[in-house]
Amino acid sequence: MRNKSSPTKNNGKPMIEFLMHEDKDNVGVAVVDIKAGSEVSGRSLHGKSKPKVKVSMDIPLGHKVALQDFKPGDTVIKYGEDIGKVVAPIKKGEHVHVHNVKTKRW
Amino acid sequence: MKIPTFKGYRRENGRVGIRNHVVILPVDDISNAACEAVANNIKGTMALPHAYGRLQFGEDLELFFRTMIGTGANPNVAACVVIGIEPGWTQRIVDGIAKTGKPVAGFSIERHGDIQTIANASRKAKEFLQWASELERTECKFNELYISVKCGESDTTTGLSSCPTVGNVIDKACAMGGTASFGETSELTGGEHIVKAKAANAKVAEHFTAIFQDYTDMIMKEKTNDLSESQPTKGNIRGGLTTIEEKALGNIEKLGRKTKFVGCLKPAEAPKGKGLWFMDTSSAAAEAVTLWAASGAVVHLFPTGQGNIIGNPIEPVIKLSGNPLTCSTMSEHIDLDVSAILRGEMTVDEAGDKLIETIIRTANGRLTDAEALGHREFVMTKLYRSA
Repeated sequence: MRNKSSPTKNNGKPMIEFLMHEDKDNVGVAVVDIKAGSEVSGRSLHGKSKPKVKVSMDIPLGHKVALQDFKPGDTVIKYGEDIGKVVAPIKKGEHVHVHNVKTKRW
Repeated sequence: MKIPTFKGYRRENGRVGIRNHVVILPVDDISNAACEAVANNIKGTMALPHAYGRLQFGEDLELFFRTMIGTGANPNVAACVVIGIEPGWTQRIVDGIAKTGKPVAGFSIERHGDIQTIANASRKAKEFLQWASELERTECKFNELYISVKCGESDTTTGLSSCPTVGNVIDKACAMGGTASFGETSELTGGEHIVKAKAANAKVAEHFTAIFQDYTDMIMKEKTNDLSESQPTKGNIRGGLTTIEEKALGNIEKLGRKTKFVGCLKPAEAPKGKGLWFMDTSSAAAEAVTLWAASGAVVHLFPTGQGNIIGNPIEPVIKLSGNPLTCSTMSEHIDLDVSAILRGEMTVDEAGDKLIETIIRTANGRLTDAEALGHREFVMTKLYRSA
């Protein structure tokens, strides 16, 4: 059941490699395995933004890529909401996960 | 809106079930052996062994009885044989189940021994099974199904695809006048303000906040670290989820975009009317689904990312995933593949319609993957140590 309004293949290459939930999200979720060094495109599910980012590390499917530079203490935004605090510097295009982001709750 | 129909079992109290189990229910851990022997004697009946039922007290005991009685009373159960060590608590459970009008009989082991009890209970189980086998499915409406929802081994794909798909079904089912329930109290952490805003009125919002705070206080009291391997789980983290807040926001996608929840339930408590209900549950899959089954839910929708394989003995669990790796490496566990959403080839609304089709097929009798694979996780929630 293909949705004709959103074609996805471009000579076998997916047209997007990552998704965001809202325009204000500062991380994207890889929807394919992304290789270090590739220039990838994303889009916002509920918004309009279609950012591109040069990825500097391998990002496995489902993992997050930084869409901006972060310094410790910054807040990571996903779903348009606060999902935790940055605990180690992150450059745009790097892998965002448990090694550089922690919960603010527990 | 046209309401889909299916062929289900309308029980004595008017409630609609989608399975026709004859259950052999142990009151306590030491009666498991007798129940399993009866189920072995009478093919087609099912024993539900569990670990508890002795020396519980207070609210924990009340929850135990609610779970036992609710399990026997579930509309997916046609009839029930109850076996306990002594007659008192056995009869309390029999009487609770009997209120539905369904056939139920109790047996106790003291002053008879296992062998005599097994013989007597087997004769009754055979009678119930043969009676149940002649019950016929009749036409029922989709909005007569009580649906429960909970995800497990979630990852970032659940928040993008399978949880919004369930949310879409919740919106459609509740708009049709259906009944549904969500829970996972601790896994709302970081999104509790969003859940609170989905309460139908201020009183419900306050009730939710009190329950949420109570659960959070328990975790803060008992925790020995930052829960970084428990919430999120190792599986969640492998799938890309970093914090409880991120996990919760994906989880909450299951609540739909339009539906407000009409009230809060204690664990294993039956909804008091139509609409979406919050139930105070653990976030562990088998415990939570067991509570919903005991509250009368007849079908469970279970989004998974990394591939939680849970089933329940009496409430069919339909699994859906949007993770293409999980859908290909664990295909025997995934009833509905919604990974096309991630590729932009399917909308959430289309996926919701596909899930409704899957529910209808399941309600008509098609076995879920978990049923076919023999997943019968029956796990009671225990609130504290026994006396």
